[in-house]
Amino acid sequence: MATEKMSIAKALNESLRKALDTDPKVLVMGEDVGKLGGVFRITDGLQKDFGEERIIDTPLAESGIVGTAIGLALRGYRPVVEIQFDGFVFPAYDQIVTQLAKMHARALGKVKLPVVVRIPYGGGIGAVEHHSESPEALFAHVAGLKVVSPSNASDAYWMLQQAILCDDPVIFFEPKRRYWDKGELDTEAVPGPLHAAVTVRDGSDLTLAAYGPMVKVCLEAAAAAQEEGKSIEVVDLRSMSPIDFDTVQASVERTGRLVVVHEAPVFYGSGAEIAARITERCFYHLEAPVLRVGGYHVPYPPARLEDEYLPGLDRVLDAVDRSLAY
Amino acid sequence: MTVESTAARKPRRGSKRTSAAKAPASAEPQLVQLLTPEGERVEHPDYTIDLTADELRGLYRDMVLTRRFDAEATALQRQGELGLWASLLGQEAAQIGSGRALRDDDYVFPTYREHGVAWCRGVDPTNLLGMFRGVNHGGWDPSTNNFHLYTIVIGSQTLHATGYAMGVAKDGADSAVIAYFGDGASSQGDVAEAFTFSAVYNAPVVFFCQNNQWAISEPTERQTRVPLYQRAQGYGFPGVRVDGNDVLACLAVTRWALERARRGEGPTLVEAFTYRMGAHTTSDDPTKYREDAERAAWEAKDPIQRLRTHLEKREIADAAFFTALDEESETLGKRVREAVRAMPDPDRMALFDHAYADGSSLVDEERAQFAAYQASFAEEGN
Ligand SMILES: Cc1ncc(C[n+]2csc(CCOP(=O)(O)OP(=O)(O)O)c2C)c(N)n1
Repeated sequence: MATEKMSIAKALNESLRKALDTDPKVLVMGEDVGKLGGVFRITDGLQKDFGEERIIDTPLAESGIVGTAIGLALRGYRPVVEIQFDGFVFPAYDQIVTQLAKMHARALGKVKLPVVVRIPYGGGIGAVEHHSESPEALFAHVAGLKVVSPSNASDAYWMLQQAILCDDPVIFFEPKRRYWDKGELDTEAVPGPLHAAVTVRDGSDLTLAAYGPMVKVCLEAAAAAQEEGKSIEVVDLRSMSPIDFDTVQASVERTGRLVVVHEAPVFYGSGAEIAARITERCFYHLEAPVLRVGGYHVPYPPARLEDEYLPGLDRVLDAVDRSLAY
Repeated sequence: MTVESTAARKPRRGSKRTSAAKAPASAEPQLVQLLTPEGERVEHPDYTIDLTADELRGLYRDMVLTRRFDAEATALQRQGELGLWASLLGQEAAQIGSGRALRDDDYVFPTYREHGVAWCRGVDPTNLLGMFRGVNHGGWDPSTNNFHLYTIVIGSQTLHATGYAMGVAKDGADSAVIAYFGDGASSQGDVAEAFTFSAVYNAPVVFFCQNNQWAISEPTERQTRVPLYQRAQGYGFPGVRVDGNDVLACLAVTRWALERARRGEGPTLVEAFTYRMGAHTTSDDPTKYREDAERAAWEAKDPIQRLRTHLEKREIADAAFFTALDEESETLGKRVREAVRAMPDPDRMALFDHAYADGSSLVDEERAQFAAYQASFAEEGN
């Protein structure tokens, strides 16, 4: 066994290193990914070890980064591109949505686009605007893209390996405020499927479903609720497209209640999709309507207000209480 | 007014600077200079300037106070009062020179580093700090000083500037617009599109690129293989490279470009060749990618020292002037420090303000839910 305790940031770095070692077609591209090792140091040391032909500092142009990654993929490479922050993916949004997502279908399956777009996302680090957003629903809504987000070091390592091996484009959302959280990582384990949700805490009264940065908050909420005698199950969705509804359904059939938690605005967010599907699937098991906790329909606020905006322990527990009150 | 393409029009000046050199972007530039690093006044055949002693002292004062403000903000970030700071250290001449070339009715579209230009526009420097402290996303009314909000997404504002300039031309006004951006930004599609639109519509806009040699860790060669000012030629308007550490040259060239715009001769690209002396922002660590010697070489070209030498040599300013300015700097530093520390956090209900100009029933509903939720804590006595 090769179990080690490491941060999510380090696990991602190790994961990229392994992928680069294993397959000479894997490339890493992005702004500042070379000498600097990325602004979050996720690519630290990679250029030193794999050279400038494989760890490519790109011009400051996101459309260019994704557009050329598409061309490289058409030529047989497997580019892993880094978008520096969530709010800066939009210059590339056109390439991702109109080209990357659809080319496989347009070529009747003859063309594969194994491109991974890594995006540090979400709030909680006190940043200025455009550095704290959660745009995952905007990507999950687009057919042809797979959208995932790990919540811990082990998933960070394994899910990135799997995303790079995947022949479809994967939007890989990294919960930036969890980069420095440490967890156990077994580099020789056999990982579960990329898109499988995982029940990370068992309980019988209510299910909390979350992904990325909110999993930790939900686990803390479940622990706090336990002290009040409430038994809460927590499901880490891990993938927002596709969504493993079976795992969520099985949990809700046991608990009868579901609260979905994410940082992104609730309105038109992934919670809406989960609430609708689970209501269809579990109507007769539900003791309460599916509730959602998330951001408001306002621009992501300045840093000094982000604690009000981001779902914290209290807001999750409040939703738990409301659900249990039905 | 008829809109005609500038593509066919010969640039009035700059034609001799447009030969397609294959030199890397970092090669010693042919730049417009009016004040050498040694503080000597030199002449340039195309760009002249004649300033009074008062005006020269004024430029010096602007640069010194801007640097002092910037240093104070950096210190405040280190003390935890600001979340982030993007320092302009080394870029004072580019900003003050171009900023002082503007007329009140001109309009400015900055990035996030134009503290010196803001100073020239009469924006209270403490207004710039709200977004870096995290209490707002800008917080000033752009129309008060014709100084738009800072733009963090790289390059976006060059299109806004172009559109604004198109509006100015449609209105038949004779003011001009200036858009600031960096060498890194020159790679963005938005900037290329701004060049296209401004040329096609002959918009009265000056693109002022501060080439400070770095885009975070990436040198200019990672953005372009031809000197940046030469880009303009391909779009059909003139490009000029100016010594960005020479406040007189920056003033003269920007003034010329603004006048061209006012006369209806369309856009100009001004590349101010300068240097970012500090880190990209307070989050950055330049030791990972840059040699100390490089900074040292640029320190010898310091924009403030160079004007000071000139003022002293020509006896344009005396010791009393410099002492008084030191005191004024300290007063400014103190004022900024106190203002930041006194800056209150926004009321939590402010979350729901200004999402829409016309309101939204959705936001109203969420605001009411939020208020009820907050009130529930009060009821519990927490
Ligand atoms: C679209 C976009 N991509 C990435 C970033 C992150 N970022 C902020 S500043 C910067 C470098 C900018 O360099 P340059 O344009 O030369 O301006 P400078 O800061 O050097 O003045 C980067 C990559 C951003 N703000 N916007």
